[in-house]
Amino acid sequence: MRIMKGRVLVVDDDAALAEMLGIVLRGEGFEPTFVADGDRAMEAFRDFKPDLVLLDLMLPGMDGIDVCRQIRAESGVPIVMLTAKSDTVDVVLGLESGADDYIVKPFQSKVLIARVRARLRRTDDPAPEMLSIGDVSIDVAGHAVKRAGEPLSLTPLEFDLLVALARKPRQVFTREVLLEQVWGYRHAADTRLVNVHVQRLRAKIEKDPERPEIVVTVRGVGYKAGPG
Amino acid sequence: MKGAAVGGQAVAWRHSPAARRALAQARRLARLAFRVRRRARRAIVKVGDRWRRSLQLRVITATFVVSGLVVTVLGFVLMQQIAQNIIASKEKSAANVTSVGLALAQGWAGVRSLPNASSGQIMYDIVSNLQSTSSTSGTDYAVIVTLPPKYQGSPVFSGGASVGFSGNVPSPPAALVQQVEQERRPNPSVLRFEPHSMSVLGQPQAPGLVYGGPFGSVYQLYYYFPLTAEQGSLAQAQRTLLLVGVAVVFLLAAIAWLVTRWVVIPVRLAARGALLLSTGNLDERMQVRGSDDLAALATSFNQMAASLQEKLRELEDLSQVQRQFVSDVSHELRTPLTTIRIAADVLFAAREDFAASPGRSAELLQSQLERFESLLTDLLEISRYDANAATLDAEPVDVCDVARQSADVAQQLAERRGTKIEFRLPAEPCIAEVDRRRVERILRNLLVNAVEHGENREAVVTVAADSVAVAVAVRDFGVGLRPGEEQLVFDRFWRADPARARTTGGTGLGLSIALEDALLHGGWLEAWGEPGRGSVFRLTLPRIAGEALAGSPLPLEPGAADVDAVVVELPAGPAFGREPADSAGGSPEAVEPPEAVEPEVSGQPREASDSDAPSHPPEGGDSEVPGQPRGAVGSEVPGQRRGAGPAPDSGRESEVPARG
Repeated sequence: MRIMKGRVLVVDDDAALAEMLGIVLRGEGFEPTFVADGDRAMEAFRDFKPDLVLLDLMLPGMDGIDVCRQIRAESGVPIVMLTAKSDTVDVVLGLESGADDYIVKPFQSKVLIARVRARLRRTDDPAPEMLSIGDVSIDVAGHAVKRAGEPLSLTPLEFDLLVALARKPRQVFTREVLLEQVWGYRHAADTRLVNVHVQRLRAKIEKDPERPEIVVTVRGVGYKAGPG
Repeated sequence: MKGAAVGGQAVAWRHSPAARRALAQARRLARLAFRVRRRARRAIVKVGDRWRRSLQLRVITATFVVSGLVVTVLGFVLMQQIAQNIIASKEKSAANVTSVGLALAQGWAGVRSLPNASSGQIMYDIVSNLQSTSSTSGTDYAVIVTLPPKYQGSPVFSGGASVGFSGNVPSPPAALVQQVEQERRPNPSVLRFEPHSMSVLGQPQAPGLVYGGPFGSVYQLYYYFPLTAEQGSLAQAQRTLLLVGVAVVFLLAAIAWLVTRWVVIPVRLAARGALLLSTGNLDERMQVRGSDDLAALATSFNQMAASLQEKLRELEDLSQVQRQFVSDVSHELRTPLTTIRIAADVLFAAREDFAASPGRSAELLQSQLERFESLLTDLLEISRYDANAATLDAEPVDVCDVARQSADVAQQLAERRGTKIEFRLPAEPCIAEVDRRRVERILRNLLVNAVEHGENREAVVTVAADSVAVAVAVRDFGVGLRPGEEQLVFDRFWRADPARARTTGGTGLGLSIALEDALLHGGWLEAWGEPGRGSVFRLTLPRIAGEALAGSPLPLEPGAADVDAVVVELPAGPAFGREPADSAGGSPEAVEPPEAVEPEVSGQPREASDSDAPSHPPEGGDSEVPGQPRGAVGSEVPGQRRGAGPAPDSGRESEVPARG
């Protein structure tokens, strides 16, 4: 596994924290850039073209949730939220607006780095592999998904989630297993992450997200790929 | 011999069927008497209760008694008066009749001479004459003319319309006769009379008046006036009076009832209003009608309710503000704390390059930040409960599974301590609708506590279920709890001995949070402990979230024999069988009652603690990329950041013995 060192856009209004994050990120070989308010975040995002965005949810100017939505509208770049609030409502709102993962303050630098790396991690030149569930076909190497020949735009995380499920059709994955395989969590953490992302994935790939046929819920256990 | 025989007889008597029947009868009677007495006593108690509680009843009763007394006395006096008047008028008319009769008799020819042969005829004439006037005078009477006994001659008499004498003519009362005889001159103005029993026609021994006087030489005239008519009218008056009296008494009682009703009903309404108010129904108001005293009562009651409501609202707002403040502070602290935390990480990573004291400082900074964070997290969790912001994410979960999973942190701690955690789980899964995260947090907390305070003896986790509830009991064999501490352990920041230094990394909020978690489920979290016998913490959760609990499938207090028998017996629930014998069976590792433990030593800080993690760094920190460090279950997860668990990932890059 090759760790990609990349460009990280840090959107945070707290100067001290931003600077500290910069020190840590540079220490790990990343290339950070900073924006202190929400209104200039999009501009910086377009100029800088980061590989990952660290986004504080409470920002002056435009709200972190709105920034997240706008970035997601333009790109599938991984977004990791930084939040001081851990209540379900706040977290789910953040995830639904497009964030891939979140970290609750206060966090350790190790944790931050681990999460950032997990989101930037890509396997080396994946072997050409074609998967399909129902009428959805997945080109793993080409990072492309088509439904009935029509290309679908998935974020890398959604793509990883779909691939993880599609590689073992009919096998039921618990949320904990998915967290480990897709997010890289070693321990059962927050299954809300999985729920929210499965919903987002369904919204893109299912004909009728209310009655999913590709990513199916197995009540009381988890999810599986394929009809039935 | 004889005595024995008698004894035998007695025994025989006692065993004879008749005796048995009699005994049974007696017993039945005794039972009946007892029952009657009990019922009577109950009735008395009921009435007494009613009496004490009802102002109305008391007022009515008092009115009844007092007016009854007054009416009785009044009636008595009135009757007396009436009787006197009737008698007096009768006496007056009787005296008139008598004096007229005496005057007439005095003037009769031949009466002035001593009685002779013709006196019989004279007496007869006088009597008939006097009697004939009876119809004109309007009074009914009988007349008798007699001679003193020394003169031969029978008395002559004549009865009236309704007066007569059956049989012999009665002799007038002796006292009257004596008086008449002493009267030498025929003085009609001096008349003697005396009530006398006389036989009135159809009514023997009727009361009456007798008047008498002398006339002529030695003749005596007596009048008998019956009092039958007067008696009749007196009885009539008495009946009327009684009727009126009773009516008055009842009328007064009714008036009292009405008046008290007017007064008592608003008072009762006020009482009901106050009761409703006290049960939290602050919108309750009384109806104000008119402007009398009762309206004033209603008005002031309403004012009181309004001001109470106002005060309560103020208090509520205040506490809301305070809770919000705590929550805000906790959140606001997080951003700078993150910076500090990361800075400390950087310093800690670079401590090799520092001199001895800055290096050690970096280590201390690192480890104490852990504690600070745990405290902040717990504080935030508690403030969430205080603000009623905690929500239950209930889903069907196997509680046995949760118990096993939540043991991992405690397991690590136990391994370091060289003890073990023993599970006694039923064979079947114990499915209950619970919030997995919260239940895990509770159990993790209880288990870490049990290992920490278990004096290096094992901890036992027992799970059991019945049809409505699931229970988990965590037993340790450590110093136990002193009496009264079963409640105190759940208090925030409570420590058994405040003077004792904190040696473990607990925040002091863990058990408080665990209790709140249990209550959120509608469950119970209870503690039992005895010095030297260890302690039991039992969590009971309803199988269906929100259902009320009636009991727990597990006993809280271990049986008396349990001092050395580690096993907490699993009750055979209706749905769940006993645990396999090999795990539930005997306990070879029976723990002796640790009598050596001094109660003073037991002043272990029993605070809802985490572990003493800083002194035990888990291995291999950096290799664990990516994701969460082992053991830090949920350490990065919202709302459960080390809520109760230890901070095992602290100082994982090297040994950070916070304290020797």
